[in-house]
Amino acid sequence: MAEENKPQENQAPASSPGGEKPSGEKIAGATGTPPPDAAKPPAPAEKPAAAPPKPAAPGEKPAAAAAPAKPAAPAKPAGPTPQPWDSPMVTKLTRQFGSGMQPLTYLGQNYLQVDRSLIPTILQLLRDEEQFNYCVDITAVHYPKREKQFDIVWILYSFPRNERVRVKTQIGDGEHVPSAVSLWAAANWLEREAFDMFGIQFDGHPDLKRILLPDGWKGHPLRKDYGIIQQDQEWVQINLGIESGQ
Amino acid sequence: MTDPNSSVSHLDLEESKKTFLDANELVINMGPQHPATHGVLRVILRLDGEKVMGLECVIGYLHRGVEKIAENRTYTMFNPYVDRMDYVAAVSNGLGYCEAVEKLLNIEAPPRANYIRAILTELNRLASHQLWLGTHALDIGAMTPLFYTFRDREEILKIFEKYCGARLTTHAFRIGGCQYETYEGFEKDVKKFLTFVAPKIDEYEELLTTNRIWVERTKNVGTISAKDCIALGVTGPVLRASGVKWDLRKAQPYAAYKQFDFEIPTGQNGDTYDRYLVRMAEMRQSLRIVQQAVEAIPEGPIMAKVPKVIKPPVGEIYHSIEAPKGELGYFIVSDGSTQPYRIRVRPPSFVNLQALELMCRGQLVADVIAVIGTLDIVLGEVDR
Repeated sequence: MAEENKPQENQAPASSPGGEKPSGEKIAGATGTPPPDAAKPPAPAEKPAAAPPKPAAPGEKPAAAAAPAKPAAPAKPAGPTPQPWDSPMVTKLTRQFGSGMQPLTYLGQNYLQVDRSLIPTILQLLRDEEQFNYCVDITAVHYPKREKQFDIVWILYSFPRNERVRVKTQIGDGEHVPSAVSLWAAANWLEREAFDMFGIQFDGHPDLKRILLPDGWKGHPLRKDYGIIQQDQEWVQINLGIESGQ
Repeated sequence: MTDPNSSVSHLDLEESKKTFLDANELVINMGPQHPATHGVLRVILRLDGEKVMGLECVIGYLHRGVEKIAENRTYTMFNPYVDRMDYVAAVSNGLGYCEAVEKLLNIEAPPRANYIRAILTELNRLASHQLWLGTHALDIGAMTPLFYTFRDREEILKIFEKYCGARLTTHAFRIGGCQYETYEGFEKDVKKFLTFVAPKIDEYEELLTTNRIWVERTKNVGTISAKDCIALGVTGPVLRASGVKWDLRKAQPYAAYKQFDFEIPTGQNGDTYDRYLVRMAEMRQSLRIVQQAVEAIPEGPIMAKVPKVIKPPVGEIYHSIEAPKGELGYFIVSDGSTQPYRIRVRPPSFVNLQALELMCRGQLVADVIAVIGTLDIVLGEVDR
């Protein structure tokens, strides 16, 4: 249910890419096609034919296809919603953790929405008892308007079961999460990247430092309040000897 | 020596002092500008004589903030950017991204599109492996394979160029299918290429497989066990060479892969030589897949019904494919607008590179080159 919180942050920067946008709107309007989101176009055969001829006019046509939805968008029927997820494993976990854990499934993918305090136990349990022996990815999502600003996501896979599961938790800015390096060695760089990009602190990580950005860099670029062209000017001036990297 | 203002240096002064005085350890910097690091990878080596005691990778020199860019583009606009991550296997990147968004939209590409996708992706896998073989052999000292593989890879790039006008960063697929119908004579070209390249792969093998120098330089070098691979999240040919028979094309089939009959080559020893054999076998399997696909390619539309403006409902999805380097995953969060709220790319090269330390410890300096080569990393993908 975490997705409900959807700040409109990225609406603002949206204007930066786009001199193409207005033209896109025009084209969409001019051809008189029904609003793109309208349920079913009458002539299905024509649709694919109409969309592809992009290559011929590299300049404008892609803009049409890429045009953001601002003009049209009649309220679309809401997409599928996350459903409760049930399986023998979930029953077992629910018995143990009760309301601290919400098992959900969305588009056929299962995830567990877990309280921050249960994270170490659940991760340990998933690895040791449920055979999730491969940590695919650890990442974060920033929701600045929410009280608990960050979603931390662990994507796990089990070789014996050929099954994926995502574990998600919410934490506030400045809150820590336990490191998973002792469970999966792969977590090392993945956590460093989450720290680098979001400033998430992982307790117990052997060497939590920046990985993609230089050590002295200030700020965490994948936070929503970090602008798309923002840079650490001071770092650029000292280390590159130029006024600005822009 | 070290500039206190410089934040680039990762060498801990205290530690290097200690190692200098207490042992015969020497700290040496390799890269980022080094011909054998396949891009801009910096490796700090701790050596005892010629033996590697430990190393640390310094990455990020090619960081372009792809994930940040994604949040400021529409779904369609971001599509070409993914080609620039693993730029030697751009088609795979595009396939993973398009399929992830399709899943989020809950649509499926039509069968014909899936076949075209499989053909191009497998050709790209072959091209990626050829490039790997050429450069890896060159690093180890065999120059000839480079010319052979580049000569043959050219034929694949020609097919790409004829299909979509680009050779490397192809942007071949669109969300919902393929943008282009196959050009006239596409099937013929592909079939011709298949008969052309099959004996060439034997030729590469003739040059290397039993070559004494090659065997000495690769056998028992950079060994990694299956257990360590899994713990470190290593995927792709590296994992398979350690004996784990796991390939996403089989484990969780996508595109048209369910229809094809192919095998997953595996090794036993998990050393550089086995990884070489696995990739050679994979090239042949790719040819098998292309052969089947091109013969059975169905008629029909190449685009699914996709709204002109791509606006997935609120939700999130993780989708991954078997890229030439390993599991390439996209984690996409949609807030219901035209722009992705967050796209996380799970790059195989980045995760695989983490194993470098383990694989090099106790080996010789010259073997570090061999191991970097055998991991088959692309720095554009490591740094994104």
